[in-house]
Amino acid sequence: MSYHIFQSARAQIYSIPFYLTTLGPPLPSLSVPFSRNPRPHSPLRGSARVRSPETSHPARRSSPAAAWRICVIIERNASQSMMKRFVYINDDSSQDSYCDNRISNRKYTLLNFLPKNLWEQFSRFMNQYFLLIACLQLWSLITPVNPASTWGPLIFIFAVSATKEAWDDYNRYLSDKQANEKEVWVVKEGIRKHIQAQDIRIGNIVWLRENDEVPCDLVLIGTSEPQGICYVETAALDGETDLKTRVIPSACIGLAPEQLHKIKGVIECPNPDKDIRRFDGNMRLFPPFIDNDLCPLTINNTLLQSCYLRNTEWACGVAVYTGNETKLGMSRGVPEPKLTAVDAMIDKLTGAIFLFQIVVVIVLGFSGNIWKDTEARKQWYVKYPDEGPWYELLVIPLRFELLCSIMIPISIKVSLDLVKSLYAKFIDWDEEMYDHDTDTPSHAANTAISEDLGQVEYILTDKTGTLTENRMIFRRCCIGGIFYGNENGDALKDAELLNAVAKNVPDVIRFLTIMTICNTVIPVRSNSGAIMYKAQSQDEDALVNAAACLHMVLISKNGNTLEVNFNGSVIQYEILDILEFTSDRKRMSVVVRDCQNEKILLLSKGADEAIFPCAYAGQQIRTSVDAVEQYAQLGLRTLCLGWRELKDDEYEEWSHLFKEASTALFDREWKLAEVCQRLEHDLEILGVTAIEDRLQDGVPETIETLRKSGINFWMLTGDKQNTAIQIALLCNFISSEPKGQLLFINGKTEDEVVRSLERVLLTMRITSSEPKDLAFVVDGWALEVILKQYREAFTELAILSRTAICCRVTPSQKAQLVELLKSCDYRTLAIGDGGNDVRMIQQAHIGVGISGREGLQAARAADYSIGKFRFLKRLILVHGRYSYNRTAFLSQYSFYKSLVICFIQILFSLFSGVSGTSLFNSVSLMAYNVFYTSTPVLTSVLDKDLTEKTVMQHPQILFYCQAGRLLNPSTFAGWFGRSLYHALVVFFISVHAYAGEKCEMEELSMVALSGCIWLQAFVVTLEMNSFTILQHLAIWGNFVAFYVINCIVSTIPSAGMYAIMFRLCKQPSYWITMVLIVAVGMGPVLAIKYFRYTYRSSAINILQQAERSRGIILSMGTLESQLKSVEKDVASLSITQPKNRNPVYEPLLSDSPTATRRSIGSSTFDFFQPSRLSASYSRNCKNN
Amino acid sequence: MMNNSGASAAGSSSGSGEGQAPRRNSKRPKYSRFTQQELPACKPILTPRWVISVFTLVGIIFVPIGLVSLMASRDVVEIVDRYDSACVPPNMTDDKVAYAQNAAIDKTCTRILKVPKDMDQPIYVYYQLDNFYQNHRRYVKSRNDEQLMSAKKANDSSGCDPEATTGNGTIVPCGLIAWSLFNDTYSFIHGNKNITVNKHNISWKSDRDHKFGKDVYPKNFQNGALIGGAKLDPKKSLSEQEDLIVWMRTAALPTFRKLYGRIEVDLKANDTITVTLKNNYNTYSFNGKKKLVLSTTSWLGGKNDFLGIAYLTVGGLCFFLATAFTVVYLVKPRKLGDPSYLSWNRNPQGH
Repeated sequence: MSYHIFQSARAQIYSIPFYLTTLGPPLPSLSVPFSRNPRPHSPLRGSARVRSPETSHPARRSSPAAAWRICVIIERNASQSMMKRFVYINDDSSQDSYCDNRISNRKYTLLNFLPKNLWEQFSRFMNQYFLLIACLQLWSLITPVNPASTWGPLIFIFAVSATKEAWDDYNRYLSDKQANEKEVWVVKEGIRKHIQAQDIRIGNIVWLRENDEVPCDLVLIGTSEPQGICYVETAALDGETDLKTRVIPSACIGLAPEQLHKIKGVIECPNPDKDIRRFDGNMRLFPPFIDNDLCPLTINNTLLQSCYLRNTEWACGVAVYTGNETKLGMSRGVPEPKLTAVDAMIDKLTGAIFLFQIVVVIVLGFSGNIWKDTEARKQWYVKYPDEGPWYELLVIPLRFELLCSIMIPISIKVSLDLVKSLYAKFIDWDEEMYDHDTDTPSHAANTAISEDLGQVEYILTDKTGTLTENRMIFRRCCIGGIFYGNENGDALKDAELLNAVAKNVPDVIRFLTIMTICNTVIPVRSNSGAIMYKAQSQDEDALVNAAACLHMVLISKNGNTLEVNFNGSVIQYEILDILEFTSDRKRMSVVVRDCQNEKILLLSKGADEAIFPCAYAGQQIRTSVDAVEQYAQLGLRTLCLGWRELKDDEYEEWSHLFKEASTALFDREWKLAEVCQRLEHDLEILGVTAIEDRLQDGVPETIETLRKSGINFWMLTGDKQNTAIQIALLCNFISSEPKGQLLFINGKTEDEVVRSLERVLLTMRITSSEPKDLAFVVDGWALEVILKQYREAFTELAILSRTAICCRVTPSQKAQLVELLKSCDYRTLAIGDGGNDVRMIQQAHIGVGISGREGLQAARAADYSIGKFRFLKRLILVHGRYSYNRTAFLSQYSFYKSLVICFIQILFSLFSGVSGTSLFNSVSLMAYNVFYTSTPVLTSVLDKDLTEKTVMQHPQILFYCQAGRLLNPSTFAGWFGRSLYHALVVFFISVHAYAGEKCEMEELSMVALSGCIWLQAFVVTLEMNSFTILQHLAIWGNFVAFYVINCIVSTIPSAGMYAIMFRLCKQPSYWITMVLIVAVGMGPVLAIKYFRYTYRSSAINILQQAERSRGIILSMGTLESQLKSVEKDVASLSITQPKNRNPVYEPLLSDSPTATRRSIGSSTFDFFQPSRLSASYSRNCKNN
Repeated sequence: MMNNSGASAAGSSSGSGEGQAPRRNSKRPKYSRFTQQELPACKPILTPRWVISVFTLVGIIFVPIGLVSLMASRDVVEIVDRYDSACVPPNMTDDKVAYAQNAAIDKTCTRILKVPKDMDQPIYVYYQLDNFYQNHRRYVKSRNDEQLMSAKKANDSSGCDPEATTGNGTIVPCGLIAWSLFNDTYSFIHGNKNITVNKHNISWKSDRDHKFGKDVYPKNFQNGALIGGAKLDPKKSLSEQEDLIVWMRTAALPTFRKLYGRIEVDLKANDTITVTLKNNYNTYSFNGKKKLVLSTTSWLGGKNDFLGIAYLTVGGLCFFLATAFTVVYLVKPRKLGDPSYLSWNRNPQGH
């Protein structure tokens, strides 16, 4: 609230001086004298200062009330003078205090790279741990192995991570550089020069040509259009695709381009903020330009960064915000490093292992000390001194700490980094995600978060340009009750319509006339003679073009006259008034005089609900209503057209009122609307047009598939509510009435909003058991109220609802919604294509940018950029799923293999007087961790449990990833148990087979090590699902490499294991032992796996069997047809039932009741907020 | 059940890649089977037939190997004689440590062994120590390999604490291991003939050649206040001190045997052998046992039933599992890959 007060106060500050100037002598900008140092050499400046003292007195005298208000304002002003900036137009020497226009998304600089990067790396627990271990190893008394065995990998790991970060940052630097070095025209010392965008300083005058991107936030001062307007496309900023009109401030009207070069003045504006809908500034020009006028500036006088100048030959403006301080830059926010759910889980498991390790260390340390005091003192050959140093009690525990430090595998970070970058490469390389139309391949900018793709629960999507193609096409129409275009889907090719046009059917002609005239389209004749239309709205553009195809061509619009060419004859109209479109009125009209018969016509078009009530009494509008409904169901955007002939005196009377209203100072919009209302009645409804805002290819299928896989969709758009709902209907986002229901949260006041929110919530709770597809719709204003004060209720709503449509939301609201879902502990994916989506993309766990027509803003900020929305399906179901599966296996396996070797060490220490002797030597340990066991498992990046086709056919399988079924404490417990078992097997078999005369230390250690290697090879083989040549190479090649390397090392006399390998290889007992270890180690694992696979199969297993037990070519056909019938029911159910997660997922759950992430979370580790688990409505308590 | 699905996958996808004229500067990713993750792959699944035959096969292989190993182990003849307590004079059984530490007492002890079966030469003579932690961390590290190897490093005694130096200088060979060298000796009389114990080549050749220097001679050894174990002949180089070399190969377990020598005559069943031994080594302070072992050897090594029994057990269990799985498979057959098992294809009304 305080923010609002502040805002309105500021608004007053600017408005009052403006009004005062109209009454008497002008009031100077209030704070100019306070905050700027006088600059004696500027004559313009001097005159401004001279004027200020003489003018301020009369103003204060004007009235006591005004004086008081001004005092208040001054006071506030003084306290807020920090919040303002003064921009001196065209004055290079004064603007040094502000930043230049260099955009920087970089994280590091050359100097701070090393400390900052190290600091960041060491903020992860694992790294701190490894550093501690490495430091401890420097103490030779306690170290069981060579310190190099930890320092080497540690330094390597850090180097790899740092290099990667540096590379990423370098790429960011390059893309910044590209934007920064773009050439722009800027006036310097009165001459227009070509400079780089980064050299724009505040106060510079920037010239833009048509289709130029605005390089920084500008205050418009001149355009090519005589009326002083220009058109901008703000899509990259707020997602709205229609062209917006920007006007030059009144003070600058009528300045010639030459004058604009020399213009001087000052602009007072607030300090940079991120509000893209508000700009409250003042402008004063210095003589010889218009004196004395303090001209207020609003957002309508600005050109904001990343907008495009359209339909205007040139425009120029004064830079007021630059670089990262622009409205867009401020709303960009600082990207946080993202951590995937898998990473978080790995960290937690690491923490658990760490605790376990501490326990082991304490127990062993204790018993070691006891053993030392009781037994070892008797062992004269150990020669324990009677009196040790004070730290002696610590030595054995610390030794065990070091011995057990391998429990947490140092290789896991390297392996994960490696495979993650490969996942990212696979995305980059994927041909099926390559967009032919725009020649863009997919790209993974963030290489670290692919697993999260497989765990997405919520997708928040932008609408324009993301779901739609952003191209409007006229498709159908209904004129006077006759439908055109229904047969072939294109009215322009409908012979009946063409006939009607040829026959001059009056209704059709009038219909076409409205299509052609009732708009704000500007026809432009290009050099070649062709006519191009410049439209603010894509719909109007589509209508005019369609009319032109039907031989009603808008030729020119000069001032108020308008010429139309119909079948070769030119008809002239005079535009009398334009009753503009507003989102409240939802219609627009024009009043024209037909120059042939001097009749005055009112032509209207608008939304059905805005036009039908204006129909004259008794008209049959039934067919039009039907048409609207029919078209809406097809997902077409409909507009109703109507007309009426006006009597001269009626118009004269109304025209007077209209002029009055359009000059009103207060409530102008409302007054205008009221006046328009007086004219727009008794219309004859001519018919309905239907325009297609084409969805991108495959959007409905993609959304349907992804929803089947259990992902919820929210649509966040800056666009209007109706359009949003239409598109939502069209792309399976929501279902129309009988199946689905939309619940609206709206209201004019806060109370109304709250009541409506409660009502919706109540409906949700009641109907949550019914098979109905509920979705709620909320607009930006209501959202602002709700997020500020009723967050809890809204959170509940968010949890209950699978679908939501939020329209007219600002970029920061989008980000807030993402944050809200994140705070409910859902994995969120935000997808968008414009600059207005950047914050949401950065806020979400995963940001996906569509590198589309709205520029590359979003794609640059996103973690993944794709060419088309439909690629999202593949990104999630194929890449996300595989990545998750692979990482789940890889990470658990990494722990498993470290635990095996560590358990063997622990077991050995029980046989070595609990003194902390390492069975294995440093080289073997290091090679085991870093090489022997890391390489084969890396090929799991090629592992595919199911083919891509199967996954696409059964998207439900994604649930395993979403719920984290493959990596959670219970699966981890399985691996833990396996490692313990394997350690026991390896150790006891080695010890027994190599007992007595053969139990030489080096030999036994090598036997145990090779036992581990043998087991690893088979474990990886058993856990891998598909074997390419690379897997075979890695697994068996590694196996061979183990022997080759060890044989080579065995030839080095100084090595501890000199000659060991050769001796072992010659012994039959060695090979027999190995085979025994494998059989005993793998037998039970295989048996259990087989039993589960066959008799307790998971859905993945079933699909694997289905996929492979039949021949592939044969199966896909038959299987498909078999499944299709079943799936049809399921598909319909899954759309209609908000609770369909229950029937779908409960059986999965019952397979292993503890296997979901969440249920485990509450019992073993306190991972998740208890409030959420206790909430009875929580949809994710899937076993309710 | 292995299907090579790669061929079909690759075949279907290559169609999409073709047909387009090679565009210049296209950003289209280059097609390769690796980048598209379409490498031909075989995807084995655990079908009952496959699993059952694996278990059967393992059983078929393991049982014979187990039998052979067990037989090999049974063929080995082994005489084990524990002498540590028996060799203590009856009057000193209460204080064995004092007995061991008293150098004045003659430690000679005579044991009579009976040969249970024919033993063919070579017969290996081992001493076995129980409860002796050669793998103790303090012990196992207390050596300096470089010093052992080369005469140049004679003064290098790093890591040898607490047996690194005496007042006279560096000990060679330094460290606890060498210091505690086993010093019991055995001599054998068969009938009335002395049996020579061949103490050559009882250590690893690699050790003699590359781990213990030919020019390194003992120095200051066992000169300290506390005498640990055997003394070394300062005239012989370390590479010839085979008892030391054997001892320095530390054992990984607290119960271990070390080779003492070889008897190169055949012994017949029911022969008696008289062993005259010097019971010098002190195992009494830590309740260690000392055993003398005479053993023949087989292709699998010494007498060790473990491998044979383990193989037979595993083989048996594999047969059992194979049978069990077969029975389950026949009694309760389950169709593989039936989509009706998919939870989302089941009738939702049931829930």
